[in-house]
Amino acid sequence: MSSRDLVLNKIRQSCKKECSALPTVPFFHQDSKDLIEEFKKSLLLMGGQILERGQDDPYEFVKLKLAESKITCSVVPEIKGNRELNAETVPNSLHDVDYGVLRASFGVAETGSICLSERDFLVNTLGYLPQHLIVLLDPKQIVENLHDAYARSEWKQVHYAALHSGPSATADIEGVLIRGAQGVRSLSILLIE
Amino acid sequence: MSDLQNEPQPRGAKVKGRHPVDQLEAANRFIAAEAHQKMHDQRLWDLRKKRDAQMHLIPEWEELRELASEIKEHTLDHLADYLEEFERNATANGVHVHWAQDAEESNQIINDILKQHQAKTLVKSKSMLSEECHLRQSLEKSGVTVIETDLGERIQQLDNEDPSHVVVPAVHKTRTDVSKVFVKTLHAEQGNNDVHYLAETQRETTRPYILNADAGMTGGNYLVAETGAVVVCTNEGNADLSANTPPLHIVTVGIEKIIPKMEHLAVFIRLLSRSALGSPITQYTSYFRGPRKGGEMHVVLVDNSRSTRLASEKFRAGLKCIRCGACMNTCPVFRRSGGLSYGSTYAGPIGLILSPGYNAHKYRNLPFASSLNGSCTNVCPVKINLHEQIFAWRETLADEKELSLSKRILMTSLGKLFAHPKAYRTAVQTGDKVLSYLPHFIVYNQFNAWGRQRDLPKTPKETFHSWYAKNYINKGKGDE
Repeated sequence: MSSRDLVLNKIRQSCKKECSALPTVPFFHQDSKDLIEEFKKSLLLMGGQILERGQDDPYEFVKLKLAESKITCSVVPEIKGNRELNAETVPNSLHDVDYGVLRASFGVAETGSICLSERDFLVNTLGYLPQHLIVLLDPKQIVENLHDAYARSEWKQVHYAALHSGPSATADIEGVLIRGAQGVRSLSILLIE
Repeated sequence: MSDLQNEPQPRGAKVKGRHPVDQLEAANRFIAAEAHQKMHDQRLWDLRKKRDAQMHLIPEWEELRELASEIKEHTLDHLADYLEEFERNATANGVHVHWAQDAEESNQIINDILKQHQAKTLVKSKSMLSEECHLRQSLEKSGVTVIETDLGERIQQLDNEDPSHVVVPAVHKTRTDVSKVFVKTLHAEQGNNDVHYLAETQRETTRPYILNADAGMTGGNYLVAETGAVVVCTNEGNADLSANTPPLHIVTVGIEKIIPKMEHLAVFIRLLSRSALGSPITQYTSYFRGPRKGGEMHVVLVDNSRSTRLASEKFRAGLKCIRCGACMNTCPVFRRSGGLSYGSTYAGPIGLILSPGYNAHKYRNLPFASSLNGSCTNVCPVKINLHEQIFAWRETLADEKELSLSKRILMTSLGKLFAHPKAYRTAVQTGDKVLSYLPHFIVYNQFNAWGRQRDLPKTPKETFHSWYAKNYINKGKGDE
């Protein structure tokens, strides 16, 4: 018998005969919430930043950040980077990128998270190897909480997705909080359709 | 420099093969290192307070705990079906699913996958299961270079020490302890114990390994049967780097980590980081449903005594654990004795109930490293009756004259006391009553290990009820 069948048989022998029911999970909505304000508040708590829209050019502050840095890589049509990226790009070749720019599938007000999937990344390491990340998020795509987030259809379509809640962080030495552990050092979000 | 930074780091339990671990001996050395002990205690208590603050922000907190407990209960009752569903869906997504009966088989499977790919370097993110299986040691024997990418895990790897906590592996070390390790192993500047500098040193020295590794490994916090996905929660971004940079991603995960549907995932994600670190969510909550284009993904489902525990009416609830560490952070014994004093992969209250299931002889002393105050049970996000199980293990080990195999203990219907909560409560309450009549020298004698380091609180001169009656009700201020 294979290990698979041995393990499964052992489990079946071990299980109780009477079966408990599977509870259904409510959405726990608090409809009074202003989702955009809530999202901003939660994001700041997780160490993320909100980029304001410029007066004449809504992308003014994004462009300012990119102008200050050497290698930039954008997968959104609104912003141009100086490093080309396509689906065939080798993942580790993004190691020297200063800024990555992409658009999130949706946001979560409860935790200030954004959902980035392989469709948003083009190359998954774009979310982790650059020093900094700028993410565009359509404010209409902000859901209230994690129950809404995991009810979305994306999870059944993609092979990889991640909720990013602020930049990478660690407090492994004496509890001292450091933003910028192994992944990006900063995460800035511009709310724009 | 302060006392804290001058004090040498106390080391963990002296583990001698299968001999019973003397947790108390190691705990005494930790307590004697006063500054380390105090820092450790404060840091973990701070996590506990942050957890409480988060809890108070969520009106449905208790409902979520109840749901989490029920979902786990249900899943364990149907474990084989859900694992098969996971396997079906993951395979359809292009994932290679493997099954391992024990640690040895799991290590062998992973070794074989690496061999097939001629992989010589593996970057890995944190996985308690890999610690449980001593995977790193096994791979290194086969000539594979394994690099832990989580900061705390990396510190522990470089210091040749096990992680002392499931979430914060190097929480028992000071910045000076870390600096000494990095000077020796990463050529860090002598005497520079600035935390930012140390973290940056690890980032910069780990990155080349991530960029050039042949394979990446992650653990799994959850498996979702419905979608065949693996969910990993981290703060540093190292799991996503380890999985997405090399062409090969291997996941090692215990069979009990499975949940039925995506809607259930929300419940656990809402509870996990709030319980663990007091943050609303981990920085990264990553979802691996299949290999990326041109890549390969393997999931190794590991039993390693879990199916045996499942048969034990008394101890199966331990399988609900989501490894948040909340029980450790709140435990007065853990905070004062350090995770390495337990000499086992899992320390603290969850370690007391899991470890004897792996080896009842070696870990026979562990269930006694508890004051049975029940705080662990109160904070557990999946409502494991930790303190009751600790008590049941004491009973079981005593009844069995300790020498029987852990397997037999788990399989037999022992711990009758545990099955009768009334008898248990009487036993504990009697203990308290007796305590208040005993003279000091009996409570604080050499046989009462935990009395030695702390004085019992004085019995209040008047009870709260009589105080309330005197000050409020009698003065007419009381509520109706």
